[in-house]
Amino acid sequence: MNRISEAVTDLHKLDMEAGKRGWLQGIHPLPKLLVTVLFILLTVSLGRYDLPGLLKMGSYLVVVFVLGDISVRLLMKRMKLVLAVVCLMGIANPFFDRQMVFMLGNLEITGGMISAVTLMLKGVFGVSASYLLMVTTRMEDLCYALQKLHVPGTFVTVLMLVYRYVIVLLKEMERMTDAYALRAPGQKGIHYKVWGTFAGQLLLRSMDRAQTVYDSMRLRGYCGEFYLRCKKKAGKEDYLYGIVWSAVLLAVRIL
Amino acid sequence: MNVLEIEGLSFRYGNPRERSQNEVLRQVNLLVKEEECVGLIGANGVGKSTLLKLLTGLLEVQSGRIKIAGLEMKKEYLEKIRAQIGYVFQDSDSQLFMSTVYEDVAFAPRNYGKSEEEVERLTMRALGQVCMEGRKDRQIYRLSGGEKKLASIATVLAMEAKLMLLDEPTVALDPKNRKNLIRVINGLPGAKIIASHDLDFVYDTCQRVVLLYKGEIAADGDAEKILTDRKLLETHGLELPLSFSRKFS
Repeated sequence: MNRISEAVTDLHKLDMEAGKRGWLQGIHPLPKLLVTVLFILLTVSLGRYDLPGLLKMGSYLVVVFVLGDISVRLLMKRMKLVLAVVCLMGIANPFFDRQMVFMLGNLEITGGMISAVTLMLKGVFGVSASYLLMVTTRMEDLCYALQKLHVPGTFVTVLMLVYRYVIVLLKEMERMTDAYALRAPGQKGIHYKVWGTFAGQLLLRSMDRAQTVYDSMRLRGYCGEFYLRCKKKAGKEDYLYGIVWSAVLLAVRIL
Repeated sequence: MNVLEIEGLSFRYGNPRERSQNEVLRQVNLLVKEEECVGLIGANGVGKSTLLKLLTGLLEVQSGRIKIAGLEMKKEYLEKIRAQIGYVFQDSDSQLFMSTVYEDVAFAPRNYGKSEEEVERLTMRALGQVCMEGRKDRQIYRLSGGEKKLASIATVLAMEAKLMLLDEPTVALDPKNRKNLIRVINGLPGAKIIASHDLDFVYDTCQRVVLLYKGEIAADGDAEKILTDRKLLETHGLELPLSFSRKFS
């Protein structure tokens, strides 16, 4: 399987995992979204030397990963590129902030080192929390929650359409690379001489495909807005999930 | 009562005033009654898909008149007209864009402002008509080609459309799914226009056949009469359906 096919399969798997009938998947999307946003905001708001506070916040991720039976290995695999970029964020800090904070054996721990680690962890925690939300909530439900929060309709629609367009684009890319590979045996990847033609063709074909999908939507009454519904009505356990996690996260942040 | 009335319909791609542009449709006249199933046949490029797109308003009428369920095809009635028409695309992957079967079938009723109870009733009824109730929570990409086609038909059935247009419904279907599709289509209510090259399929589903040739209607009448007329079919770039060609050879 080539990398594009893998990406398409990964997206489908993500959709499938989000639609599973697990405990965490069963929670209404609104409290899940609110808790995730609160977690990210509180994590980001921690001081740059507050490593213990950050580690305490990490307990949320541990609990949700365990309760939701979600694979950390898959997170690493799927988000490796994002995680790598996030890890690079604070890499320069040790060079600018050289003030010693404490000694660890013979090693001088500077403020820059700690702030680099906290920055890195903040990024990793943010990405992980977003991933947890994606892997337990379908895109339609997520957009429904955004609508409930009165996020502008245009933004929600764009989010839905971009998500669908990514799949259309990847599928067209998969078809084209397969057709290319079958007629260019032994060649690694796509030769740079055809990159321009390839990109142009991909754009035209995916636009054509996207137009047909859009036509199909228009013919079924689409007028620029998705009328999303969540199958599940918010119940006691959903409120409880939101309230308990919000209280825990706020307590961890304040205390 | 006629659910579709077409009078003097002509169409050319590009600038309609430019005579150099080929006319895809020329002075087409057609009436389709309620509950009638019409097969639209013809060789490649005779204007079958163009005609279907004109009926849905995806292409603008240049000359002539189209009336659907009593409403004339004009911009101001387009929304109302589209609520009366169900269009099943040739490629099911273009038709189905939500994540699950249920969500996709429920898309149209929700857009037409139905209550959630009504949406559920219409969706489940449509899925029942194509025997797909058991697949309602399934992800679209996990469906087989035949199931995708049935799901596409269900998306249109949920609209309670008066006229259903099917563009090459048997493309990429295996014999078993094709047979199943014939059974489903024959059990569906409302008027249907089926554009297809699969003449056996047309024979199995339609009582009436319209033969298009170079943008004009070359023949319009009883399905059996037209589909068994070897000379007529061959003159217009087609061949006898396989089942008949075996019988007559």
